[in-house]
Amino acid sequence: MFAFDSLADFFAMGRHGLYVWTAYGFAAAVVIYNQLSPYLMQRRMVADHRRRQRREQGTQPASSSGVTPS
Amino acid sequence: MWQSSFWQSSFWKNLVRWFHKWTSPKWFYNLSRPLGAWIGWLALLILVVSLVWGLAFAPIERLQGNSYRIIFIHVPAAFLSQAIYAAIAALGLIGLVWRIKLAFYLAKQSVPIGASMAFLALVTGAIWGKPTWGAWWVWDARLTSMLVLLFLYLGLWALHNAMERPESGDRAAAILALVGVVNLPIIKFSVEWWNTLHQPATLKFTEAPPMHISMLIPFLLAILGFYLAAVAWALKRTRLEILQRERRTQWARDELDRLGGNV
Amino acid sequence: MKLSRLFTRVLQRELQLAYRRRADLANPPLFFLIVVALFPLGVTPDLERLATMAAGVLWVAALLANLLSLDLLFRSDHEDGSLEQLLLASSPPTLIVLGKALAHWLVTGLPLTLMSPLLAMMLALSPAAMPLLMLSLALGTVTLSLVGGIGAALTVGLRQGGLLLTLLIMPLFVPVLIFGTAVVQAAGAGLPWSGQLALLAAMAVLALVSAPLATVAALRIAVEE
Repeated sequence: MFAFDSLADFFAMGRHGLYVWTAYGFAAAVVIYNQLSPYLMQRRMVADHRRRQRREQGTQPASSSGVTPS
Repeated sequence: MWQSSFWQSSFWKNLVRWFHKWTSPKWFYNLSRPLGAWIGWLALLILVVSLVWGLAFAPIERLQGNSYRIIFIHVPAAFLSQAIYAAIAALGLIGLVWRIKLAFYLAKQSVPIGASMAFLALVTGAIWGKPTWGAWWVWDARLTSMLVLLFLYLGLWALHNAMERPESGDRAAAILALVGVVNLPIIKFSVEWWNTLHQPATLKFTEAPPMHISMLIPFLLAILGFYLAAVAWALKRTRLEILQRERRTQWARDELDRLGGNV
Repeated sequence: MKLSRLFTRVLQRELQLAYRRRADLANPPLFFLIVVALFPLGVTPDLERLATMAAGVLWVAALLANLLSLDLLFRSDHEDGSLEQLLLASSPPTLIVLGKALAHWLVTGLPLTLMSPLLAMMLALSPAAMPLLMLSLALGTVTLSLVGGIGAALTVGLRQGGLLLTLLIMPLFVPVLIFGTAVVQAAGAGLPWSGQLALLAAMAVLALVSAPLATVAALRIAVEE
């Protein structure tokens, strides 16, 4: 059962709204960071991979040292 | 006698083979993909249910009013940050003793997750402290040891990044994590002792009244949800770590091509 | 017998090396002095209020002074390659590491301990607490040197080692700080202090037994890096 009388009551949290909602906001931020950061990492890795490939194709006939340290 | 026959039994051999397969990074990469997705969706479901329940449907607490609702994120984050640190130390030991690279990868990628949980526990603890104690920061024993834990996490991450060879970083961080896990009980004990010495009568809020069942269920669900989410994040990050380390092998290149097509 | 001879040889060598770099030896005590002198300037010259903080200030300053010198513990050995020889030698490397940590204590922890009464007087620490300040510093800095050795070993090959060392080791110093200060405060207030001192001693023993193992493991990584 809904623990509050009205929706306004729910947002006010009985004078503690600021604290509760800030805490949940931080929780949301941490969840979003954890969810998003792997995808950013993945994008960076794919970009690095493409750059590496392009470099290898560019120097392909001349050099055999296709593997480059990142 | 039975011992030697046990080590030669097909059961044991299969177990070892299965173990080696799972600890081979490539196998782990492929098998953890569907697993991670399932765990992730389950975590999302449980988190939404438990937090909506905790925020809107759990009854109001008699002493603290609605500010107690922070418990549904504060305590899971605090639990998780400690559990992840213990897991990192255990994985480090496994990596050092049996030279299993996968354990190192998992340990490394658990560090930012654990650190973010320690951060969340600290911030929510401070926010909760304001209506409860009247101050944003109180040198309470648990908050103080959580702060120390956050420093331990930051040290691990900095050490990983400082080493030029990632393999060295793995092993150095494993040693540091083991030293830290031995010290953690001593730190906690000393901080608790110090706290009782200097603050004889502060309000102890999380252990005041036993929780009513209508609060306990969303509380336990939230803990479960956070744990599952952490597992899903750790799997995802570890898979990327594997790709990064194996980026010169053909299968990793193919996989990076595939990911590039999707992103 | 043979091991103890090896141990004294390591100790001798370290002390000789330290004597050759006499100028460096003065740094931790000077740092200790300066930090302690800054507190009255920053907080208050009121002796009564200083007396209540004296134990904590002295301990924090000693801890920082110790940390400052840790960075050099293995650095020169790493740069001239003698670290590799040390690890490859037939003698147990833990013993050598133990000898180095003890030598570090002799040239930092011990001088800090010896000069602490002087600084304690400047901060108006109660005379009753003076012997315990020295005792707790002497015991606590042993632990600091040993545990700090792990951090020094982990960061030895790195460019920004000093800064990283602080981050890695500070959390581990917390218990020593707490109980070290507690001994002095209890003695100053006329309360029993033997329990806190025993805990300090226990930590020193634990560090003595386990820290060299971790230090050697960390040094092996540094050599490979």
